[in-house]
Amino acid sequence: MTVPDSAVTSASRSVSGSVSGPVSDSVPDSVPDSASDPVSGLVAGPGPDPVTDRTPVLEVRDLTVSFRVDDGHTPSVHAVRGVSFDVLPGEVLAIVGESGSGKSVTSLALLGLLGRHAVVGGSARLGGPGKTPVELIGLERRALQDVRGRRVAMVFQDSSGALDPVFTIGYQLDEMLRRHAPDLSRAQRRDRAVELLSMVELPDPAERLRFYPHQFSGGQAQRVMIAMALACDPEVLLADEPTTALDVTVQREVLDVLRRLRERVSTSIVLITHDMGVVADLADRVVVMRGGEVVETAPVRQLFDAPGAAYTRELLAAVPRVGTPERPNGAVGAERPALAFDDLVVEYRDRRGRAVRAVDGVTLSVQPGEIVALVGESGSGKSSMGRCALGLAPVTSGSVEVVGTRPGHDSPRAVRAARARIGVVFQNPAASLNPRYSIGESVAEPLLVHAGLRGAELERRTAELLESVELPAAWVSRYPHELSGGQLQRVSIARAISLGPDLLIADEPTSALDVSVQATVLELFREVQRSLGFACLFISHDLAVVDELADRVAVMHRGRLVETGARTRVLGSPEQEYTRRLLAAAPVPDPVEQAARRAG
Amino acid sequence: MTRRVTRRLVDLLVVFLGVTLIIYLMVFALPGDPIAALGGDRPLAPNVVAELRERYHLDEPVLQQYLRYLGGLLQGDLGTTFQGQSVADRMALRWPVTITLALTAWGIEVVLGVLLGLVAGLRAGAVSDRLILAGTVVATSIPVFVLAVSAQLWLGVELAWFPVAGTGEGWPTAYLLPAAVIAVFGLASVARLMRGSVVDTLRTDFVRTLRAKGLRERQVVGVHVLRSSAIPVLTFLAIDLGYLLGGTVVVEGVFNLPGVGQLLFQAIRAHEGPTIVGVSTALILVFLLTNLLVDLLASVLDPRIRHE
Repeated sequence: MTVPDSAVTSASRSVSGSVSGPVSDSVPDSVPDSASDPVSGLVAGPGPDPVTDRTPVLEVRDLTVSFRVDDGHTPSVHAVRGVSFDVLPGEVLAIVGESGSGKSVTSLALLGLLGRHAVVGGSARLGGPGKTPVELIGLERRALQDVRGRRVAMVFQDSSGALDPVFTIGYQLDEMLRRHAPDLSRAQRRDRAVELLSMVELPDPAERLRFYPHQFSGGQAQRVMIAMALACDPEVLLADEPTTALDVTVQREVLDVLRRLRERVSTSIVLITHDMGVVADLADRVVVMRGGEVVETAPVRQLFDAPGAAYTRELLAAVPRVGTPERPNGAVGAERPALAFDDLVVEYRDRRGRAVRAVDGVTLSVQPGEIVALVGESGSGKSSMGRCALGLAPVTSGSVEVVGTRPGHDSPRAVRAARARIGVVFQNPAASLNPRYSIGESVAEPLLVHAGLRGAELERRTAELLESVELPAAWVSRYPHELSGGQLQRVSIARAISLGPDLLIADEPTSALDVSVQATVLELFREVQRSLGFACLFISHDLAVVDELADRVAVMHRGRLVETGARTRVLGSPEQEYTRRLLAAAPVPDPVEQAARRAG
Repeated sequence: MTRRVTRRLVDLLVVFLGVTLIIYLMVFALPGDPIAALGGDRPLAPNVVAELRERYHLDEPVLQQYLRYLGGLLQGDLGTTFQGQSVADRMALRWPVTITLALTAWGIEVVLGVLLGLVAGLRAGAVSDRLILAGTVVATSIPVFVLAVSAQLWLGVELAWFPVAGTGEGWPTAYLLPAAVIAVFGLASVARLMRGSVVDTLRTDFVRTLRAKGLRERQVVGVHVLRSSAIPVLTFLAIDLGYLLGGTVVVEGVFNLPGVGQLLFQAIRAHEGPTIVGVSTALILVFLLTNLLVDLLASVLDPRIRHE
């Protein structure tokens, strides 16, 4: 093995020192942040660990990334500051962090994919057992291109966007092999492509070579990406949020594929994710990042059992889990429900004019004061139900009754008047607030239009509303781009409750937020609902979020209602197979329990 | 695919009928009486006028005339001039000149426009990008007439690099200068469209994937970026080819090229209704057919359109 001296010393020192816990004599110049100790991670991870060779495949030391803004006239933005970690042969190393933690930037920096505005410093030494070691940072462009794909491959989040839409996947696989394995003949490359696709468990691999990316589902496209990344047996696979854009059951399939691949290929996997469930499911060791720095590095079980850093503890506490205890139902007895769907059918027309049934005969009601969660995967029809309640989707048959009116039957005037009593919160607050309105104007608009408030009275009420969602009243004159995602979602909630609604429709209100932000927004949401007592249709794909909030749960699948009932009943002892599958698919943020679930 | 072609052909028919009708009506709204003009300074005898009117069906309502004209078109008859010549025959002699001119100009647009756009897009923000952008602004702001006359004077008369006028020296010598003149406008648009398209494509996730695969920049740009970026530009190029075939009037005039544009120009001046309508009809057909062709080509380049 040909490893340069420095690499040998740092590696051997790490090994010798890493008996247990943090190592006091870790590489001195590598870790400016005393709270973190990446080298301690070299302790052998628990669970299946075939690794005998402790020499890291990839050794990242003191990596820094800053972005030049405005051609260097303004001070640079530091995205990553002194990040160090090792990737051992055959292991899965998870890099966890919320948005802005620098986890994705780190992975892109390793392969020089950040573009010309990025300035990358530090060291990243690649060199698995029996491979020529190479320093990636500052590597000359053509040499770097030889490393990319062949020795270090990448998988990205949005699998359908990551493949060139105008070439077949066969061509895109072939191109990779042609580039890095020029000795293979055309027939050999084809055989290898088929072999790769069957390795990621894609049915009819030979047929699929002729398919274009848009002919695959998101999960299938992600498997194609994984197959392509593994084409040249790389030493390291960098997977950047590989399952984040996928539905839970599809995520499960992709995680299964990755898990089984570990047993078949020697590639080390660096898994970049924000999802603690995915970490618990797949990782051997974990690097926690925040604000561009490493906060903690630990074997996965140690991290979950006894998190060292305060931030890690906060992060873990913020992750919602299924299994919160019983709590009283908020519903109040009333003659009429706040929202009632009766045998509702919603059909859309596709491009060829064929009817596509989005909702297929659903009967469901929400009582005043009650939170009913509508759960399902993408395409289940849950959002169509919400849009129906708002009168934004065509009712093909059946009926909807919203706060005592029936759109389509009652006079448009009555329906319009009823609208003032319905609040709405959407998933993406940045897109649902008018960017040219100050947040004060956005919150005040319903008060102005429906309640006819003016002047000082309007200002007073707007300030009150902002304070009720825990935002400073002085922020009325700020604009949406000045606020973070979580703050914007608070503004959306303030706007939605401004008229004291009888019914609130919330469509994935926390899905675009980081977990720690999601936790605070959910908390706020619960408080506001308790004090105002409105009925709520809460649409979500996330069972754990639903479990924290809802009184009753309705599960949808392919336009039909699969199961409805009290939260603890549906999530605790589901009667339907699909509900069970949904519950089983979401990985639990606990490595021990997740391993047990895997085994069982 | 067959469905797509059929649907496009139906669209084409509707547009064709609409546009020819408008042109027919507009021609008859032109001031001046073509029959009176036939007699020159001498007024024609009323019975002669009446007979001519009847022969050319000018006494019928305009809509009936239009339907009669359409009937003739179905049999391949583009109409007859007031001098008794077939419009189709008059055009037949001139088509080769116009087509050669338009295709030469189009070729210049495609090659130079795409190339300049690609360079500018790849170096967005750099000096070369800004120079190309400035060049396209200048190019689009000079009227074709001014450009044509200056080019003729400078490159043709003074430097004598190109023939001053006429088609005597044949292709490419005789056509290069006039083709370049009419290509300038479209070329600037193609370059700018292509630049934007390249910049957008470079930002996509799949380009990042291609780089992460370790492909050489030559492969990334030459195969993937070029093809994806060309799709939106193609639509413009199609429309422009139609424009070039019909819009050569000024240049054919300045460089004295006996093409269809020149014929149309002369016909408008002489109030030659049948010729105007005939030439216009032919140009519309060419325009619509090139569009159809390029649309089909786009669906070959982009599988998402094909599988729609």
